[in-house]
Amino acid sequence: MPNTISSASTPLAIHIDQLSYKYHKADKTSFYIPNWQVTQGEQVFLHGESGSGKTTLLNLLAGVLTPQSGDIALLEQALSTLSSKKRDKFRAQNIGVVFQQFNLIPYLSVLKNIQLASYFAKTGNTQIEQEASALLLALKLPTTILHKAANTLSVGQQQRVAIARALINKPKLLLVDEPTSALDAASRDAFMTLLIDLCKQHSITLVFVSHDMYLKQFFERSVNVTSLLKEESSKC
Amino acid sequence: MLVSLAWSSLASRRKSVILTFLSLLISISVLLSVEHIRQQAKESFNRTISDVDMIVGAPSGQLNLLLYSVFRMGSPTSNIDYKSYETLKGSSLVKWAIPISLGAHRGFRVMGTNNSYFEHFKYGSKQPLTFNSGQPFNTLFEAVIGADVAKKLNYKIGDSVVIAHGIGNTSFTHHDNTPFIIKGILSPTGTPVDKTIHVSLNAIEVIHLSPTKQAKLLNNVDSVNTTPESITAVMLGLKSKFSTFKLQRDINNYKADRLMAVLPGVAMTELWQMMATVENLLRIIGILVLVSSLFGLSTMLLASMAQRKNEIAVLRVLGAGPSIIFSLVLVEALILVILASIAATALLGLTLWLLGDWLGATYGLFLNANMFNVDTLKVIAVITVAAIITSAIPAYEAYKNALHSSLSAKS
Repeated sequence: MPNTISSASTPLAIHIDQLSYKYHKADKTSFYIPNWQVTQGEQVFLHGESGSGKTTLLNLLAGVLTPQSGDIALLEQALSTLSSKKRDKFRAQNIGVVFQQFNLIPYLSVLKNIQLASYFAKTGNTQIEQEASALLLALKLPTTILHKAANTLSVGQQQRVAIARALINKPKLLLVDEPTSALDAASRDAFMTLLIDLCKQHSITLVFVSHDMYLKQFFERSVNVTSLLKEESSKC
Repeated sequence: MLVSLAWSSLASRRKSVILTFLSLLISISVLLSVEHIRQQAKESFNRTISDVDMIVGAPSGQLNLLLYSVFRMGSPTSNIDYKSYETLKGSSLVKWAIPISLGAHRGFRVMGTNNSYFEHFKYGSKQPLTFNSGQPFNTLFEAVIGADVAKKLNYKIGDSVVIAHGIGNTSFTHHDNTPFIIKGILSPTGTPVDKTIHVSLNAIEVIHLSPTKQAKLLNNVDSVNTTPESITAVMLGLKSKFSTFKLQRDINNYKADRLMAVLPGVAMTELWQMMATVENLLRIIGILVLVSSLFGLSTMLLASMAQRKNEIAVLRVLGAGPSIIFSLVLVEALILVILASIAATALLGLTLWLLGDWLGATYGLFLNANMFNVDTLKVIAVITVAAIITSAIPAYEAYKNALHSSLSAKS
């Protein structure tokens, strides 16, 4: 089993090789990606129709789903070589994830939500409150919301808190799934600008999944999922 | 962190959690009280009499004799001759004999005896009766009262009281021309002695006399013959334990009077055997109630799984493995069960403390209100283990959920 991936001049954030995944064992057709690479520090817009497999790819990248065959290497670490426990830890420490909605545990305070991410990553960070405040400020949120329950915030605020939580462990990779679908146009644009700026600032690799082609303008590179699924394709 | 997370999660589902908590509280209280009362009742009964080798009364069941002579519960079926007491006392095998004479009263018991009672009667682990203040009675119109009687009715040495024989109750009130003077107050014993008024054997006869004769007696103690003709029972202490069975046989075959001798230990064993069935029944009911409410707990947690799918997905993404999700659900169950156990212990302790006097007066049960003992801990440990087993079902459901949860929060 090849678990070392040839290191190019620029280190790769994502390297998918001959990946095959079946939703159910009995399925005849499988989800298949021959090859895909994202270099570290890149911001990629991954688009496609509903049901085209965007979310499945995201789940595979996050290590929540495991492929039947083929390899996924994140930050030059092959996921298949890790035990499920180590994979959970790897995800906690290196990958930030933001969903379409329901990112936060509703009954916990904003601070508790952020602390939880740090707790599971076992970083032993003792200055979470200060760092969380700094992140909230960077995301243009008042720090007074730290002690509010997550379900008392507006959806826009919740999505920005989700970004803050995804960034608290200083991940190298950020996976984002349609985070703006519940936002109005003005807050969507503000959200996108903030997100891209933060990723560039901290040189975080971003994979942004959406069906909304309007958002393409915020990215340098955009990929259609359906093109990935076919033979040998990685286009701009 | 896990505990605080579980706590917040429970707090967010307050309504169903509080209902489950109440159901656990009730069932744990039932189980704890059955166990505690069982233990304490045994202890309470066992300490009532000590160092008495034999009880002699009119023939009936040995349990019956034990209950009315020692626990002062129920009423004697018939009496024995006073002469029989004198014969027993004179026996070469007998070290001491305490005659007792009880009326069929309710409320505080009035018991006729003589000073050998204060000298020889023992309770607990061979502890003799001691006087808190005063001394034994000497004359006809003197009385010695138990600690509870003194406390309840606020009597002091030298107070004079009327002890009248009512139809069903002993009326016991301050009165101007009252004949009985309180001569002594006993120290608390935690046995029926505390609730007894002790007078001389002759005084019991006086209580049963007509008011005119009582008035006559007040003027001249010797004007009426008050020597008792019969008494209720005799407690015996023997010179040698080896003669126990010989004496018991002799008493049971005594020709001049119909007598029955019982050994307190043997009669007590019979009492436990009789109570064992009831005990087991109560225990089984308690356990069934507990099991049903543990299933309630499990159902509550299982039902919450559907609404917690997103929550579990979020925790998974943050790096919580399926085993952490499993423990989270288990911790939630444990928090509820442990809190319910603590609350049940406190509730029972408080209830016993409040009802202690009433239980002692009505049933002769002297229960310790202190619930913090090894037996309570044992019961709680068993409950906790049972809770872990039943809540493994929803925890496993959460575990499976966690395994299959994907980042999509759409479903």
